[in-house]
Amino acid sequence: MKTLKELEEIRQRALESVNLRKERNGTRVVVGMGTCGIAAGARPVLLAFLEEVKKRNLQDVIVTQTGCIGVCRLEPMAEVYRPGEEKVTYVKLTPEKVRRIVAEHIVNGRPVTEFTIGAADQQ
Amino acid sequence: MEDISLYILDLVQNSVAAGATLIEISITEDIQNDRLILSIKDNGRGMDSQTVKRVTDPFYTTRTTRRVGLGLSLVEAAAQACNGGVYIFSQPGKGTEVRVEFEYHHIDRPPLGSMEQTLVTLVACNPTIDFVYTHTTPVGRVYFDSREVRQKLGELPINHPEVIEWIKEYIKEGIDEISGGGGA
Repeated sequence: MKTLKELEEIRQRALESVNLRKERNGTRVVVGMGTCGIAAGARPVLLAFLEEVKKRNLQDVIVTQTGCIGVCRLEPMAEVYRPGEEKVTYVKLTPEKVRRIVAEHIVNGRPVTEFTIGAADQQ
Repeated sequence: MEDISLYILDLVQNSVAAGATLIEISITEDIQNDRLILSIKDNGRGMDSQTVKRVTDPFYTTRTTRRVGLGLSLVEAAAQACNGGVYIFSQPGKGTEVRVEFEYHHIDRPPLGSMEQTLVTLVACNPTIDFVYTHTTPVGRVYFDSREVRQKLGELPINHPEVIEWIKEYIKEGIDEISGGGGA
């Protein structure tokens, strides 16, 4: 059974290993959470990003949300911002695609071109 | 939308957009009276009575990117299909409460879905907003208050991955315990 007391343990454990990410300029993942995005499956996509970040213990990745990104037919969508690089917009996401994006783009720095909005528009 | 937890995720976005700092979500499974009641109450900027009258119209929206707003109109359609409805209480400067009612055993009522996933998504994405979740069934009640969690965490951010995991398990265990009194 989960208790509030466990939070104190988490706090102590986490504060030892994390140097609180204050001014560090990390990667930002923004998932579209408008009505269109949610109906298309944005919640499992966002949860997959959170899960991968936790599994890989990525300290400087922030996962957050925005409203409708504007191309509802391509939802669920997410934008990845890495410092000093151009924004990459991913479309028609699934939790499986998210796992590849985290591994190839966020960890190794190579965008997964075939999942991007540019690739979708050429089809 | 497939289930009620997704409608709630969608409706709470309105509270976030209204600048709320505290959002209270409650679900009441009133099996005796055959009602399922949702309430989303925020301390955001609120609306005047003119606006309240128009918000369930799909051709009314405050967004500037396009001319339709579907969130509240979708919920209203789903609720009305189950002998229920949407009731909105709001005042400028005082926040808004959106109440949605369904007939509990109506054949068209969407399932509840995963409230722990909705709450975790909200907390992880809005670490500066506080969320209170109350879920009542004939068997018992689940209560989650992010302000209590914050107090225990001190300087550790509430969207730390381990905290998020804890919140998910905490809510899931709670809901499992109070389910079974009629089967949502």
